[in-house]
Amino acid sequence: MEIAIVKYNAGNVASVMYALDRIGVPYTWTDDESVLRQADKIIFPGVGEASTAMAHLKEKGLDLLIPQLKQPVLATCIGMQLLCKHSEENDTTCMGVFDVEVKRFQSHELKIPHVGWNSIQASQDNPLMEGLKKEEFVYFVHSFYVPVNPLTTAVCDYVQPFSAMLHQDNFYAAQFHAEISGMAGQRIIENFLAL
Amino acid sequence: MLTKRIIPCLDIKDGRTVKGTNFVDLRDAGDPVELGALYAQEGADELVFLDITATVDDRKTLVNLVREVARHVNIPFTVGGGISSIQDVSALLNAGADKVSINSSAVRNPDLIDELALQFGSQCIIVAIDTRWVDGTDWVHTHGGRKITDIQTIPWAKEVENRGAGEILLTSMDADGTKAGFANALTSTISSNSSIPIIASGGAGSMEHFYEVFTEGKADAGLAASIFHFKEIGILDLKNYLASKGIPMRI
Repeated sequence: MEIAIVKYNAGNVASVMYALDRIGVPYTWTDDESVLRQADKIIFPGVGEASTAMAHLKEKGLDLLIPQLKQPVLATCIGMQLLCKHSEENDTTCMGVFDVEVKRFQSHELKIPHVGWNSIQASQDNPLMEGLKKEEFVYFVHSFYVPVNPLTTAVCDYVQPFSAMLHQDNFYAAQFHAEISGMAGQRIIENFLAL
Repeated sequence: MLTKRIIPCLDIKDGRTVKGTNFVDLRDAGDPVELGALYAQEGADELVFLDITATVDDRKTLVNLVREVARHVNIPFTVGGGISSIQDVSALLNAGADKVSINSSAVRNPDLIDELALQFGSQCIIVAIDTRWVDGTDWVHTHGGRKITDIQTIPWAKEVENRGAGEILLTSMDADGTKAGFANALTSTISSNSSIPIIASGGAGSMEHFYEVFTEGKADAGLAASIFHFKEIGILDLKNYLASKGIPMRI
């Protein structure tokens, strides 16, 4: 199986690579169109700011390529937000795979960003949660969120319920960092690789 | 519900864990990778590795160590000690650290916080503040708490947040080593005045102390070293105790 990690300016790629090392699968870190098109699975990771990340993807034409991909794609954190239609983070137009808006958390009582381990409730038919409990703890770091919508496959509650996971066709996404979310996170990645 | 975090801290010298450890089930108690992985398995929410040597040669050892930890640990971990430049941070993040912690270098050059936050994102920049009560006020200290500065702790905490720190690791030098409890009043003041998470450190001696720092102290995370290394408190026992008292925990 060929696994490709999308190469762009997002941080935390090392953590994703080491997570795949722990699982024991080889991977390529690339922005090459033909390698990405031919890979069996794509991981689109990310930590960063939406407008900068989109500008970098555009520079390489990845903003047009990624939505056309046909194999299973797993997007995490800012990767998930970039697959949405638009983000309130610096009023950024994103790739639009998921027809939903990314909003900024607003709260006077709770700290923003949302940092730490929070529980998610998965929907019944979420294949990435196979073998896991209906409620699992995973690690979040984010100030922007995707509201609960028809594509939501797991819900987390902070300020209000929001989308912890999304799914549409071959695109799977997680707001949390599966790569550092303990055994639950590892199982989610393994489930994605087994799709 | 967002949980409170329990964070063991490992002091590293020449690539080895220092301070005695009391883990009979460890093959090598001085191996930070093995100890870190064991803590993760026992339910630690994050790990902090603090390099207490930090000479040029040791930096290379540290980067190699970070790489090994990242290969074996599946929870977030932070590296601190002697970090003073974008290059230092870049090397540690590329080796697999999730966050870095800066302390004296931020006091010396506060602009470093802004530069690091811009370059790498606030989420991976922790500013550590060592504080001590002197003549009726809390003052920032450097050099492991030995050297007083002319900066007051409470305004400094706000300043590092405004400059882009993602979290604050607050160590009370008055409480540190006493095992008499965290500095709850100061922690609470800073946490209430802050929109970023506060990791409280210094003074943990019992499970009740963690309960107090999460309630009275309003801390988002509690960090300790020796009580975990010497197995005076087991991480899972601590988390079960806190959960039974109504503190949200990942168990």
